[in-house]
Amino acid sequence: MEDSDDEIKKLYAEAIISYYEHPHNKRKLESADAEFKESNPVCGDVLTVYIKVKDKKIEDISFEGQGCAISIGSASIFTDFAKGKDIELIRKFSVKELIDLIKIDPGPVRLNCATLILRATQKALSKYKG
Amino acid sequence: MYDVDKIREDFPILKQKMRGKPLVYLDSAATSQKPYYVIDAIDRFYKEYNANIHRGIYEFSERSTEEYTESKELVKKFINARSYREIIYVRNTTEAINLVALTYGNKVIEEGDHILITEMEHHSNLVPWQLLAERKGAILDYVKVDMNSYKLDLESLEKELEKKPKIVAVTHVSNVLGTVNDIKYITKRAHEVGATVLVDGAQSVPHMKVDVRDIDCDFLAFSGHKMLGPTGIGCLYGREEILEETEPLYGGGDMIMTVEKHSHTWNELPWKFEAGTSNIEGGIGLKAAIEYLNKIGMDNIKQHERELTEYALKRLDELDYVTTFGPRDLSVRAGVISFEINGVHPHDVAQIFDSEGIAIRAGHHCAMPLVTELTRIAAVSRMSFYLYNKKEEIDRAVEAIEKTYKIFKGDDLYGRLR
Repeated sequence: MEDSDDEIKKLYAEAIISYYEHPHNKRKLESADAEFKESNPVCGDVLTVYIKVKDKKIEDISFEGQGCAISIGSASIFTDFAKGKDIELIRKFSVKELIDLIKIDPGPVRLNCATLILRATQKALSKYKG
Repeated sequence: MYDVDKIREDFPILKQKMRGKPLVYLDSAATSQKPYYVIDAIDRFYKEYNANIHRGIYEFSERSTEEYTESKELVKKFINARSYREIIYVRNTTEAINLVALTYGNKVIEEGDHILITEMEHHSNLVPWQLLAERKGAILDYVKVDMNSYKLDLESLEKELEKKPKIVAVTHVSNVLGTVNDIKYITKRAHEVGATVLVDGAQSVPHMKVDVRDIDCDFLAFSGHKMLGPTGIGCLYGREEILEETEPLYGGGDMIMTVEKHSHTWNELPWKFEAGTSNIEGGIGLKAAIEYLNKIGMDNIKQHERELTEYALKRLDELDYVTTFGPRDLSVRAGVISFEINGVHPHDVAQIFDSEGIAIRAGHHCAMPLVTELTRIAAVSRMSFYLYNKKEEIDRAVEAIEKTYKIFKGDDLYGRLR
């Protein structure tokens, strides 16, 4: 079994904490084509995602809200990644792909935090008809 | 002499490790751990005399009926009710409050009536009244919390009482702030304007002597699992005259005296409110829990928790990056400390505590309106104490706070960022 000290250091790795201190894409997007406010039922954290679409691609994506290091870190990395991608790719993006992308294993309880941005984005895109 | 090490011997789980480290359990406000005395009582019931209560005419059924009935007698004495007829078993505090809202509340509340609660209520003493107000077109009012003293604002109480609420529902102890409300005074003032008073005792009954005749409330709700008993058993105390006048919620076996094809008569109190086979193991477990608490003594438990709270506040005050919430006057403070580490989200705090083998709670603590007032992020970390906690565990918690701060704000972070 891995020592819990090593696990915690892995979870709160350099990248995640630096994103928490300096989040990427954390702002409101004016005249967004799609937006969605999603909350984490476990803790009440709320995150709003804003998306601009052009030629079936994500032209710009941002988020606002309060969250823990895991949710803010994941939102920063995911929004960086999603920019310029096909909306179909993002619509089908899986939880496993997200975990691979953010390079941490949040464990069962914190999975809700890590995936908050993905749920918000996919719900926003499911409302977007285009 | 309070021997906490001896008490800890009675709780098998306290010898467990969590994440490979000796467990420090600081989440008793969520649920308490159980002593052998309770675990063994439930074990014996299933191994030695399991049988349904009330109906069987054989030895085991007589014994289970006797144990279950005795548990009600014991609860009656524990809270100083007048009769066991006033003790209704339910699943937990939430169900007890909902039962009152759905029966007594439905009967007395009409359109335009006022229902008064406070800003420090747990959702369990808030949502049932919201639902009742919605059903009836009634108005739900709040007594304000003074955010400097973390106590109920008594001027606000007076202002709201002028609206002549029919029901006043208030928590005895706040699960977030640890504030012990002057419940006797509130009940007296509420009665003077003609209100019926429900007290949420979920955080008080396990930790201090609560005497329903002294505080003079009409209803008291509490949970067994927060006071060393099993989950799934809780209690609603109701004043006998009120319960007699109130219709039951559920129909079925045990709650009736006689049934004909198109009519029935209700059973005596408290059985009128307990349709179907009871939670027998729950009743037996709760009886054992109260026997254990009585043996230690509620005043001793209260004193022990007070010393822990005083010590913890002192240790936390040494850290300038930690903010604590709740009254500083320990005479009105229970063993609950909500805190914030500046710049670190409570979930991250709880996770790092977990890696140290320490169980605390993080989030809105089912009191979203209050926690949203306390802090912009609508979440705090909370440690809560019980009879088995010791000062060394608080030291471990303080070390975990220091570790958390180092991970998030420590020198190596800035080293990494450069």
